[in-house]
Amino acid sequence: MPVMTYREALKTAMADEMERDDSVVMLGEDIGVYGGTHVITDGLLERFGPKRIIDTPIAEGGFTGAAIGMAMTGLRPIVEMMTWNFSFLAADQIIQNAAKLRYFSGGQVTVPLVIRGPNGGGVQLSAQHTHSLEGFYGHFPGLKVVSPATPADVKGMMLTAIRDPDPVIFLEAGALYGTKGEVADGDATVPFGKARVAREGTDVTLIAYGRQVNLLLKVAETLAAEGVSAEVIDLRSIRPFDAATIVESVRKTHRAVVVQEQWRWFSVASEVAAVIQEEAFDDLDAPVERVSGAEVPAPYARNLELAAFPSEAQIVAAVQRVLYRT
Amino acid sequence: MATTERRGKQRSDTDVAGVVDRNGSRVDDATLLDLYRKMTEVRLFEEAAQRGFRQGKIGGYLHVYSGQEAVATGFLAAHREGDKAITAYRDHAHALLLGSEPGAVMAELYGRGTGLVKGKGGSMHLFDAANGMMGGYGIVGGHIPLGVGMAYGMRYRGEPGVVQLYLGDGAIHNGAFHEAANLAGLWGRDGLNPTLFIIENNQYGMGTSVERATAMTDLAAKFDSYGIAHEKVDGMDLGAVLACAHRVVDQVRETGRPYAVEALTYRIVPHGAGDFFEKYRTKEEVREWRERDPIGLLERRLIESGAADEERLGAIRAESKRAVEAAVRFADESPDPAIEELYTDVYADEVGSGR
Repeated sequence: MPVMTYREALKTAMADEMERDDSVVMLGEDIGVYGGTHVITDGLLERFGPKRIIDTPIAEGGFTGAAIGMAMTGLRPIVEMMTWNFSFLAADQIIQNAAKLRYFSGGQVTVPLVIRGPNGGGVQLSAQHTHSLEGFYGHFPGLKVVSPATPADVKGMMLTAIRDPDPVIFLEAGALYGTKGEVADGDATVPFGKARVAREGTDVTLIAYGRQVNLLLKVAETLAAEGVSAEVIDLRSIRPFDAATIVESVRKTHRAVVVQEQWRWFSVASEVAAVIQEEAFDDLDAPVERVSGAEVPAPYARNLELAAFPSEAQIVAAVQRVLYRT
Repeated sequence: MATTERRGKQRSDTDVAGVVDRNGSRVDDATLLDLYRKMTEVRLFEEAAQRGFRQGKIGGYLHVYSGQEAVATGFLAAHREGDKAITAYRDHAHALLLGSEPGAVMAELYGRGTGLVKGKGGSMHLFDAANGMMGGYGIVGGHIPLGVGMAYGMRYRGEPGVVQLYLGDGAIHNGAFHEAANLAGLWGRDGLNPTLFIIENNQYGMGTSVERATAMTDLAAKFDSYGIAHEKVDGMDLGAVLACAHRVVDQVRETGRPYAVEALTYRIVPHGAGDFFEKYRTKEEVREWRERDPIGLLERRLIESGAADEERLGAIRAESKRAVEAAVRFADESPDPAIEELYTDVYADEVGSGR
């Protein structure tokens, strides 16, 4: 299989789908002439022309709303949020229109829309440019929310997202754009609602999504050296949510640690912990642990930023607690 | 009308005796009488809805269109198959005028399973996609970008349709309007935005008058910022609206460029059916505007021009009344939505619903 970066895999999926389906168009700030702030869309304007690669003014609410209108007439727009931090300006459109149109139109209207862009922090962008919005968007029925962690998944899930009849919140791990991995050629779609066992193990289940999956794989290595066999689950998809894979794993390991970059209160990890206690209570040998971002606006200084996000040491400590080794 | 005069010159597409269409020929009497029937049906429908609200048969909010009928009636008379319309929450008239069954509209207000959107949206969310009715929306300004995007989508697909995008005077101060109008102007340069903005300026955003909401009260002129040509029309005069509508809808269709019309009109009823006091305007002002009630104005014109006599108009009103009574009966006798409907229409594939 060819090896490519997360960035290339993402672009390949979108370009392939635009080639295959004329109804796919793309809108966003500086995606065309400029080539994309994160160089995801470079060259697409030359290839597909300005009617399909639409450079917009800096007006997230306006162009996201317009994309919803396009979707209502049968197009399949992909909106690039330069970063998800700017999506608050479009939140009314995403939440009040995209998510609910099918419902309040009694099923008459379909919104096949993908909104994509980098999510999360880790590169010293400080308070206004650092959010992990999976819990926020995952809260709203009518939206699908995914967070791929690998080049193979970002391609496969983007193909699925574009073909999906409903609005998809596509949260890319911005810090992983340059990471490499094997990506299958052709139409290698990855379905929503199916978690991935990234590493098998027997003593503890570690659960994350997005860039934290890579952190968990490192932690699992460290734990292996100490004789602990950790299973790592990559959720991939926040809504729909794959409870079965998690529950199956916890039935085997009897212990779980959920890791996320976002704030802990009212978060994805809270929901995962609740699902485990509802569906695997008798299998648990310890309370489910959550390792989350510090409850502060993201700081700038490197040492403070590192302290604000889950670290290998914090996760190892949580594992020790669920194993009663402290 | 002091307010109207303050807003400057209006184009005159009508002569005194009758109504001219875009080619300068008179709109025939049969067409005018049919529009009279529609206007009276809308008015009687709204009055029946107000009664239903007071009887507790209609829940939530209820915003009726009384006084503004000439605007939607005139513009939607220029609607062609394949065109689309989108508006805010004062949306009953638009659905009815686009051909929705009055029974299905009333049943929606009553929250019944036979409603236009199966009892899932209510008064503020009327959709009839087959007839081009792309919704009623409850967040002021929030639907405007959707209309502009629909216009792009239709042109992108090579369809000749036009989007009639209705907004109130209150919505024009919202950022969503300005962002969307800017995109419409931009995309229109390439013939990719056949949006007709129709500002239903009923003088008040809820209870805040235009003068209290902006220092620049010429609302049509706001479109200058976005390179969109515009005009004003007397929104109480069906003849004026009709003539304007045919001309500008054709123009938007031919050019693929947006255009804006500010229709000066008035809501002769409170903002919401639950409002009992109106501290923001005087009874005298309402009375003054009622003298130019669009239905009364049209009646006078029809009689003066000899198109109909009082008896004929009375027969048409009776026909409208029967249609509305049948709609109320249909709503009243319809069943509630099946409880299973709670979880349908969240996603296309029900697998995706929650987990």
